[in-house]
Amino acid sequence: MFGKLTWDAIPLDQPIPLGASALVALVMIGVLAWVFLKGYVPYLWREWITSVDHKRIGVMYCILALVMLLRGFIDALMMRSQQALAFHGPGYLPPEHYDQIFSAHGTIMIFFVAMPFVIGLMNFVVPLQLGVRDVAFPTLNSVSFWLTASGSFLVTISLVVGEFARTGWLAYPPLSELTYSPGVGVDYYLWALEISGIGTLMAGINMATTILKLRAPGLTYNRMPVFCWTSLASNLLIVAAFPILTAVLAMLLLDRYCDFHFFTNEAGGNPMMFVNLIWAWGHPEVYILILPAFGVYSEVISTFSGKPLFGYRSMVAATMAICILSFTVWLHHFFTMGAGGDVNGVFGILSMVIAVPTGVKIFNWLFTMYGGRVRFTTAMCWSVGFMVTFVIGGMTGVLMAIPPADFVLHNSLFLVAHFHNVIIGGVLFGAFAGYNYWFPKAFGFTLDERVGKASFWFWFVGFWVTFVPLYMLGLMGMTRRMQHYDRPEWYPWTLISMVGALLILTGIILQVVQLFVSIRTRDRRREPTGDPWDGRTLEWATPSPPPVFNFAVYPNVSGEEPYWGMKQKARESLQMSEEPKYTAIEIPRNTPTGFVTAFFAVVTGFALIWHIWWLVIVGLVGAYATFVVFAWRDVSETEIPAAEVAKIDRANRAARNAELIALQRKVPA
Amino acid sequence: MASTVETDSPPMQRVGHRSGFAMITAVRRSLVVLGLLASLGGCGETVLSPIGPVGAAERTILLDAVAIMLAIVVPTIVATLAFAWWFRAGNSRARYLPTWQYSGQLELLVWSVPALVVLFLGGIAWISSHELDPAQPLTSTVKPAPQTLEVEVVSLDWKWLFIYPDQQLASINRLVVPTGVPLHLRVTSATVMNVFFVPRLGSEIYSMIGMATQLNLQADQPGTFPGLSANFSGDGFSDMAFTLEAVDSGKFAAWVTETKSAGDVLDDNAYRQLLRQSQNIQPYTYRAVDAGLFNRIVSMHLPAGYGPGGSPSTGER
Repeated sequence: MFGKLTWDAIPLDQPIPLGASALVALVMIGVLAWVFLKGYVPYLWREWITSVDHKRIGVMYCILALVMLLRGFIDALMMRSQQALAFHGPGYLPPEHYDQIFSAHGTIMIFFVAMPFVIGLMNFVVPLQLGVRDVAFPTLNSVSFWLTASGSFLVTISLVVGEFARTGWLAYPPLSELTYSPGVGVDYYLWALEISGIGTLMAGINMATTILKLRAPGLTYNRMPVFCWTSLASNLLIVAAFPILTAVLAMLLLDRYCDFHFFTNEAGGNPMMFVNLIWAWGHPEVYILILPAFGVYSEVISTFSGKPLFGYRSMVAATMAICILSFTVWLHHFFTMGAGGDVNGVFGILSMVIAVPTGVKIFNWLFTMYGGRVRFTTAMCWSVGFMVTFVIGGMTGVLMAIPPADFVLHNSLFLVAHFHNVIIGGVLFGAFAGYNYWFPKAFGFTLDERVGKASFWFWFVGFWVTFVPLYMLGLMGMTRRMQHYDRPEWYPWTLISMVGALLILTGIILQVVQLFVSIRTRDRRREPTGDPWDGRTLEWATPSPPPVFNFAVYPNVSGEEPYWGMKQKARESLQMSEEPKYTAIEIPRNTPTGFVTAFFAVVTGFALIWHIWWLVIVGLVGAYATFVVFAWRDVSETEIPAAEVAKIDRANRAARNAELIALQRKVPA
Repeated sequence: MASTVETDSPPMQRVGHRSGFAMITAVRRSLVVLGLLASLGGCGETVLSPIGPVGAAERTILLDAVAIMLAIVVPTIVATLAFAWWFRAGNSRARYLPTWQYSGQLELLVWSVPALVVLFLGGIAWISSHELDPAQPLTSTVKPAPQTLEVEVVSLDWKWLFIYPDQQLASINRLVVPTGVPLHLRVTSATVMNVFFVPRLGSEIYSMIGMATQLNLQADQPGTFPGLSANFSGDGFSDMAFTLEAVDSGKFAAWVTETKSAGDVLDDNAYRQLLRQSQNIQPYTYRAVDAGLFNRIVSMHLPAGYGPGGSPSTGER
């Protein structure tokens, strides 16, 4: 009846996993109970769960990322403390638990923190910057989000029921094959990533189509903000790379479920082909993550320097160069396979070549600040912190692109420090910069700057205190994923690294405090004009939060930095542009399709993991039925009357006009 | 939004209260730690203190590449901080160029500086990846050149088997080699993928089932050095350590004679015992090895590691 699922799946005999799962269950039940008791369910259902508004979906992606960041970070704390305690001793986490922790940490941080964070920011910002009302396929957007959420939910279930993979975050076979991993951990990993991976692929198709096909009149490619360019590059990479991931994981699933032999030890399987294919996805993946972050920095540095971005065309060229080159470097992840001098040499050089456009970007941000009036807001702190951090991470990356250097550093903690240096110092700092920068756009009030900056400093210092020791340990020959060790010279560095993790913890707590304080004092922080930072791109032309239709009338773009141009004109003439003629706007109707599909996806995934075959059929039929019901829908849009549009836009124009009048008083007539 | 100038440094002293029991341990052992930190002042046990020519060449490349890149990286960091600080909004002495966004000369500079560095480093990468290709035999500088020692390496769950085909003996978790003699290692796995790595010797290499990778190394300095698996291979991975013992030729010959005089024989049946999962195995030796055992492992005429199930997963061929 329940396949492999028995009461043994719940870790009643292990205090740490049991405590963790009990805590997770309690928090989930607590939140659900609070939502029910407060009567928020209808609101949440109507305004968020069934919403197809790209802004709401973007915000939900970011919330998912922040929640999963907490989970992934707890794993990180456990790893750092385990290594700090496991000198000449077993520590407190036995191998079978520790192995799950580092596998879950990597999986969660990449797939359910970094990915949703950057996709969320793109979802929220790109249509606004393009001056359009929604993404190309609004309902698909909702489905994509909920499938990503399904994947992270399956990973969370694995904490309570069964186990997670004990194979590392890429689940290399043959270790991840049935012979060596007979448990359900790898199946949780595979199904979670298959489901969320399909969501990501659809999100990529959606966003790429939006950027290519939907732009405000006059917004040609060479006028597009750099964030849109980097988003385009990132989503093209998603479209090209994610099918590889889905396919290679499907092959491993066939090995595990249907006795295939793609990657097994016996019957002609070739485990190295998995390694090859997963990195053919895996290396573009890191550029999928970093490119949108590069876009955020471009926006933030330009805005807070009070200048246009230096070398716009170079930036675009560099972005697209990275986009293409990112597909030519994956072999550097296995230089130590023994492929020979020619293969290693070619991929080593290609890996370095990608540092050229990246270096160009760094220099262009540098010259954007040159001659500017730099305002050190929290978002700007993250950006300058990124520039300082990322060049070091880039340097260690180029170092390991030299094959013989990699021969002594591969898989060591030096490598771990390197990719955290670029992923934390690049992707995560960018996500936090974007979060601080666009939060007032999403919610109409700014985040607290003082606490925000304090959290930045703790993160920044904490990052270096954590990862410099890992660089040192790598040079000392310590490899990654060790559950215990007995080398005295490693011990002090693991302790320092632990202290760094605690500094980062303080940074994270301060981020929670920042959010809490800002919500408490939101009435003082309201920003009526919708343009708190003196922005330059079109999202700042809308009210905050933007109405569901984004723009009352489509903006007419006549140059780079379209909003800056409009604003300057108004400032020079001390006059608002003429009030446009308002017309009714059609917007897509909300639909629960995404949520219901995701529900059935979770059911199907869970049933497949535990071999509950009847439930698999129920889940698949349910998902298909949802699709059919959606396809039979007659009315897919609702109309917002012209009067309503006019009311919303006039309120915002009044606030902007008040600003202009204030400016008028300052300017001597 | 009013702009403020960033001056706060983080209140580090508050952290101590949050750190929990790991920090208590740290305090208790602080004296030990201080002593160890002091000992790190020297070169210590790192990949930067190699005991052979391969590791030495790799160290040179590593240090040269870092030096070349630091020449760009340090000025960039300094310029970032200097520009951000000088052009801060409150600085009335800084020039404001609100429309400056293009300079042909600077564009040329920003593309050519990283391009030149990469051109240079790319040359290093190309030449060195051929010269230090793990499969490349080492040429001894000593005349007459000593004969290369052949060693066959098999990674098992979770221990290392070293077969000396010419001496016809085998050793578990201990690799004894003569100093100053080139080593030719053929490496395979009887289980999941592992990595053979002696940090102070140099290059690591994958051990993969059904294939033999080649690795040429040489230890010039006598002593005992830690080796490990540098690729996660399951629950017993952390104990999959071995020692490299580099001894002079006389001692090596003595070790061979001694080893051949006692212990078991590694035949197919004894090998099957090794396929069961076990960890933290103390080193021991076999006085003799069936000829061609390594080739039968690589060609998969012998079964693969049994995994947690404890028996062969499919029928043998």
